[in-house]
Amino acid sequence: MGTLGKQLPLAALTAIVLYAGAGLLGAQEQKPAETPSAQSGSDQEQPKAGENKKTPAEEEEEFAPKPAPPLPPGMTGADVNDPRAKLKPGIYDAGETAMGMKHVAFVKKPDAFQLNASSPDDPVVQKTVRMLGVGNPAKMPKAMQTVIAQLAFANSDFAFQGNHLFQGNFYGMSIYDISNPAKINLLTTMVCPGGQGDVSVYKNLMFMSVEMPNGRVDCGVQGFPPEPPPAPGHEKERRLPTPQKDRFRGVRIFDISDIKNPKQVAAVQTCRGSHTHTLVEDPNDKDNVYIYVSGTSFVRQSEELEGCSNAAPDKDPNTALFRIEVIKVPVAHPEEAKVVSSPRVFIDPRTGALNGLNNGGSHDKGEEKPADTNQCHDITVYSAIGLAAGACSGNGILLDIKDPVNPKRVDAVNDPNYSYWHSASFSNDGTKVVYTDEWGGGLGARCRANDPNKWGADAIFSLKDNKLSLASYYKLPAAQGDTENCVAHNGSLVPVPGRDIEVQAWYQGGVSVMDFTDPAHPFEIAYFDRGPIDDKMLVLGGDWSAYWYNGTIYGSEIARGVDVFELTPTKFLTQNEIDAAKTVHVNELNVQDQQKLEWPAKLVVAKAYLDQLARSQALSAKQLGDLQKAIKSAERSHLKGKSAAKLSTMANGLDRSGAKTPGDAARLEALAEILKHPVA
Amino acid sequence: MRRHRDWRRRCGAATLTVAGACALLGSASCAAQNGSVVVQPGAPGEPTKTLPADTHGTLPPIAAADVAFMQGMIMHHSQAVEMTDLIPSHTENQEVRAIGAKIASSQADEIRMMQRWLKARGQATSMAMPGMPDMDMNGKPMTPMPGMLTPEQMAALKAARGAEFDRLFLTGMIQHHGGALVMVKDLFDTAGAGQDAEIFEFVTDVDNGQRAEIKIMQKMLEEMH
Repeated sequence: MGTLGKQLPLAALTAIVLYAGAGLLGAQEQKPAETPSAQSGSDQEQPKAGENKKTPAEEEEEFAPKPAPPLPPGMTGADVNDPRAKLKPGIYDAGETAMGMKHVAFVKKPDAFQLNASSPDDPVVQKTVRMLGVGNPAKMPKAMQTVIAQLAFANSDFAFQGNHLFQGNFYGMSIYDISNPAKINLLTTMVCPGGQGDVSVYKNLMFMSVEMPNGRVDCGVQGFPPEPPPAPGHEKERRLPTPQKDRFRGVRIFDISDIKNPKQVAAVQTCRGSHTHTLVEDPNDKDNVYIYVSGTSFVRQSEELEGCSNAAPDKDPNTALFRIEVIKVPVAHPEEAKVVSSPRVFIDPRTGALNGLNNGGSHDKGEEKPADTNQCHDITVYSAIGLAAGACSGNGILLDIKDPVNPKRVDAVNDPNYSYWHSASFSNDGTKVVYTDEWGGGLGARCRANDPNKWGADAIFSLKDNKLSLASYYKLPAAQGDTENCVAHNGSLVPVPGRDIEVQAWYQGGVSVMDFTDPAHPFEIAYFDRGPIDDKMLVLGGDWSAYWYNGTIYGSEIARGVDVFELTPTKFLTQNEIDAAKTVHVNELNVQDQQKLEWPAKLVVAKAYLDQLARSQALSAKQLGDLQKAIKSAERSHLKGKSAAKLSTMANGLDRSGAKTPGDAARLEALAEILKHPVA
Repeated sequence: MRRHRDWRRRCGAATLTVAGACALLGSASCAAQNGSVVVQPGAPGEPTKTLPADTHGTLPPIAAADVAFMQGMIMHHSQAVEMTDLIPSHTENQEVRAIGAKIASSQADEIRMMQRWLKARGQATSMAMPGMPDMDMNGKPMTPMPGMLTPEQMAALKAARGAEFDRLFLTGMIQHHGGALVMVKDLFDTAGAGQDAEIFEFVTDVDNGQRAEIKIMQKMLEEMH
């Protein structure tokens, strides 16, 4: 679920192999063969308008990024001395560094999501590069040659079910067997282009977002042909796109009963397509599920899809702007899925204006003025507390979703440091929301030493009585290179009891695990990073999402494939805390459909609380020692006989006077509950 | 391990059930792909096809409008950079300096991205006639892109200092960004355009990012009054 938008050298590559020019190819193939060195000069494209011939070195230089502008006054940048700041570049052999996590497996993305030339030595690549006249292939940056990471084949978001991992891709999606996470294994590659391929799963159904104009109802890869050039004398006339009944932009629904043979059962069209979507379960209705559709792209014409209008809201009350869509999916009859409402989540309740969100600046409540926040980028629903957090371009909003078909906005915030409100997640107790700012759209280098640590960062809000208030920002602390696209992106909670912890992807900034238990003082507790794909030019890559699923962290690497990680103990996180997190098991994980985490009353969970109480010195050394000893003995006896009784006695005698914070008081409470009724 | 064998077995079974890649290409490729299949669904209700195991990606077509958009946007962005370059010597306003730094950073990046996109497709990075920056390829006077500041507006901006500069910069940049939104809309209103993933994501992001910046600048202007 990201907005990709900038900085695509890989575009270069793609083009080299495919398009660059039909014309050029034809013309140049007739030339007699020349030596490579001679060619590097003579094969330069016939001088184009305003351009001079360039040597390969100059070409390379031309694609090199400009250094970041100086830090704006009063802002702080990133740490250049962090080990992540300077890692060796490479697509598959980049330098790696980690703290508190172990990289246990990696699989390359499927062949079906690569162009048919993957090696710089491949004659196809060599020949095409030479004919293009971009320079001497032997001297070109490898990244330019190898067509490695085209956005058209970028990996995107994850969903999980049982032993299966579902990875979206701009060109389709793939399914992996993760029954042994260290030996993750590709099962199915499904070709079905249309980007970005955000996926969710529910029982035997899989949902997939499509927004791009090349999307086809039949999953065809051919897109739609460009119109022929205009007749002479008519060049300046506006020609509207031909309506295409076979075009698909919206949410596809697949039956995945046979994991190796997904079948499309429905394709629900929407005016702006679906950039992301959110699965919404209604606790009171098990026969239906809902999909909230966030469309961020252009509105198509009504000639193609009836009723679509991109008019201003005062001109057309049915405009497709300023709304989200709700699709109702009957679980037993998914083919009957359809849009059942288009909630006006930006409405001004006093005036009825559809564009009612105040804009621009800070958190003050000055004079409000209708503005143009007209889309949500992503919505996270938390049905257990009846709320959803929407990240909606210019605003963060809070929705009451007790009636899932008719969500109602209950609060909205903005922030002068924010460029683009991108995604959101709640703390498990619903008292905090972490929003992300995708400054630069995800394809820009935005974690350089001079990029402010409040821009392109997480903003952590406290949530009380349906009101959001800003507590702090968190940004990847390590400086990243000029050729690494990096900004806050998708993450999920890590279910460590007694703490609020999120694992998060930062594109080529890698994966960062953050503690935001105290929303005013978030800090990093673990990370993984690898070097840039290339150090001469920005080649799109890095982790789109990093999610915890049943004890393991998975990273969706845009260009490379899938990464698998385990947490390892450090002074910031103990083995007991990791083991306690692993006691939480879910059957499905769609991160934007947030589920309440509950921990079993196992002794390992008690030990995690004890470690936290030791860290904050809320218990005396003697009390800690006695409790640890009692727990050990209870474990040895498998909770039989006297040892369990002893735990219960100790629970009742727990001295709670040392708790200086509400957090410690809650930990002591939870610890006592487990000790009273422990389960094996 | 057990699981692994299980998949091998299912892969073999595919020869009987689905016309699978393994079936078409034999057990060697089956092993090479760890028993995975490549499939392509049909329209809703239609069956899913199995594709050869060595299927590779192909790309949708590019329209002439895509190329013209990129060339025009480079010119458009260049003026924004020209405007932000004035900030250090023309104003001390911290907020203007901050938004200026943000805009400069994005627009400079994006110019590079667009140049690469065009170069890689064998296209000129400029619409202008070589050596004649004010003429298009046909020798006709270049039409300015929507929202671009007129030479008079640019001159006024260059001449202003302090609060007057801030006001002209913000109004000018709002006008300028507004023009970019028009260009994006025009692109998507053009037949066959915007199917290439890079251009699609790029323009969508230009639209979102510049809308957000417009809002911030509007707010700043309001607060100045």
